[in-house]
Amino acid sequence: MSGRPGSASRHWRSQRLTSVSLVPLGLWFLLALSRQPALDHATVAALFAKPLQALLASLLGAALLWHSMQGVQVVLEDYVRGRLLGASLAVIRGLHVAAAVALAWALWTLASGRAA
Amino acid sequence: MPHPAERPLSPHLQVYRPMYTMTLSILHRASGLLLSACGFLFVGWLVAAALGPDAYSCLGAVFASLAARIVLALGLAAFWYHLFAGLRHLAWDTGFGFEKRTARRSGWAVVLLAAGAFLATLLFTPAGRFLAGAP
Repeated sequence: MSGRPGSASRHWRSQRLTSVSLVPLGLWFLLALSRQPALDHATVAALFAKPLQALLASLLGAALLWHSMQGVQVVLEDYVRGRLLGASLAVIRGLHVAAAVALAWALWTLASGRAA
Repeated sequence: MPHPAERPLSPHLQVYRPMYTMTLSILHRASGLLLSACGFLFVGWLVAAALGPDAYSCLGAVFASLAARIVLALGLAAFWYHLFAGLRHLAWDTGFGFEKRTARRSGWAVVLLAAGAFLATLLFTPAGRFLAGAP
């Protein structure tokens, strides 16, 4: 971002990595939701209490938030100028980090079966 | 960060005559931004589930409102569009599909596939029926 050698190509490569992983993970999530008889609390808590489903959800969450950060950053860099750019990037990054922490806590709680 | 955007930037849109290439590109960005917002809803949904049945039913009532269902349905459409358009971008990244005719055809394919998948998930899945307002 600040023009260090290799930082742009790293950004490009990691954005492709998250893109490719989001294809199966996104489809898994939609399929997992569709296969539930209902989306009430007991069903959702039981779903993410299964280790594999909790793992897939955490992979989805990580890839989703990372990809979201990368995408929003590119859009901001295109349309926001000057000091406002640095400030808006910091706000967006803070929101994504907060969401990642909240997600980790939520999935840990669900996977350990304490939310049921 | 003295120069936070030292890379080629997207051109300013007003100087162009609208074309399908530009429309699809804008749609990819717009759907991406909407999906970012939906990502935060996804986190909020899991947090509510982790907090317990009370918090979950509270959020459920919000999600069942008409405004929220419109946002979520748009999010579902954005999911399918961004998925297929993203695959088209990944094909371009590996060097395929740059020929003008191919690019036009793949653009149409993306729109049709996304529309078909959106309608199918809206009509034939429980989550879709919830978004469509079924009891």
